Amino acid sequence: MSSLAMTDEQISAKPAKVIQPTWVRVMHWTNAVAMVLMILSGWQIYNASPLFGFSFPREYTLGGWLGGGLLWHFAAMWLLMINGLAYLITGIASGRFARKLLPITPSGVLHDVRAALTFKLGHDDLTVYNYVQRLLYAGIIVVGVLIVLSGLSMWKPVQLYYLVMLFGDYPTARYVHFFCMAAICAFLVIHVLLALLVPKSLRAMIIGR
Amino acid sequence: MAKRSFLIPGVDKRLLIKDSIKVMPDLTRRRFIAGGASLGALTLLTGCDVIDSSSAEEVLKTVSKFNDAVQDFIFNPDALAPTFPESAITKPFPFNAYYDLDDAPDIAADDWKLEVRGLVDNKKSWTLPELYKLPQVTQITRHICVEGWSAIGSWTGTPLRDFLKLIGADTRAKYVWFQCADKDGYNSPLDMRTALHPQTQMTFKYANEILPRAYGFPMKIRVPTKLGFKNPKYVVSMEVTNDYKGGYWEDQGYNSYSGS
Repeated sequence: MSSLAMTDEQISAKPAKVIQPTWVRVMHWTNAVAMVLMILSGWQIYNASPLFGFSFPREYTLGGWLGGGLLWHFAAMWLLMINGLAYLITGIASGRFARKLLPITPSGVLHDVRAALTFKLGHDDLTVYNYVQRLLYAGIIVVGVLIVLSGLSMWKPVQLYYLVMLFGDYPTARYVHFFCMAAICAFLVIHVLLALLVPKSLRAMIIGR
Repeated sequence: MAKRSFLIPGVDKRLLIKDSIKVMPDLTRRRFIAGGASLGALTLLTGCDVIDSSSAEEVLKTVSKFNDAVQDFIFNPDALAPTFPESAITKPFPFNAYYDLDDAPDIAADDWKLEVRGLVDNKKSWTLPELYKLPQVTQITRHICVEGWSAIGSWTGTPLRDFLKLIGADTRAKYVWFQCADKDGYNSPLDMRTALHPQTQMTFKYANEILPRAYGFPMKIRVPTKLGFKNPKYVVSMEVTNDYKGGYWEDQGYNSYSGS
């Protein structure tokens, strides 16, 4: 921990460069709010007709009942979709995705996973993502696209029939939607944990440096 | 006492809780009651009042109205709901309502008449034998419940648009509003474009048998382009109208358009 704190001081003593540009920060936190609203209201909807032999605790659901959960879900979806679409377009057009997330090589991922598990993964330069970060961030973008597409399939299975066909049928789209949610929740746990372990990365996502 | 707030102003909270409990699966229902069905369960952000509930409700209702407009905009009157082979039919097809099957309307065919009201040329009531004489078609489509589950069923009856033509309905009107015999008075509005959709059907048979009590005898409206709760059962009257008259679930907060 002490070495982390020192690094923090060293970094802040220098004229710091921008790690996370404003658009990334704004869209990141907008997405964070939208995701939490979608997950908690989604759990409420799930509970109305559980796919598996469990329900989510009522305390962690949004909306009070199915109707309330649906209102939240179909309101927050606009925030999620518009913000997500803007993020994808800006990320691709600005070259940020290509610059920060690529390439992702299996050997690089293996190396950095091993380093991370033995606490030897360096975080000196936050502007360069390590391979674990690249894999997780690129992966969660794919999951994000999938959860929106499967969600749209469930919302409009007749009007967006071709989208449903992509998943096979309506019930399958529902399972895909659920497992994407599970993947996002798993990502969220790891993501928050790692951000807390490397606080300067959290700071960069808040003030940019 | 903490400040309590309600999801939908004007809706009796006790009834709402009762209805909510009823739509829960048995196990959850028991757990919900055991856990104390307090009004706190109705606050929008359970456990904390981060968001002022009444203003959040207003925003959510506004967005829901916006979603009605979006769905109306993307509704393609020619897009057909997928149809399935008989082998795909879900057996048994689930009974689903806000009451038990024992409390479902038990309608005597001889006493029943379909009332026709509103913007139509011919307001005569229709007996069941009269309706049975109309040309019928069969569809095997997927019924999708607002709760998320779905089931494939076989429905036979008269396309609603043929009937609307027959009675000289003003199809420029905005809604066809159905009233049903369910206890507590079920009703639901159907937008005219959906009412005129080729697959929207006045259903008299399920799986080639006279519609059983569980599925809405003597008549249900099968709308494969809407969620299940917009498929009224035990229909007693239809009204062609320009007024939005609300509906049983719509008034409690389910999205009114609820298209598929």
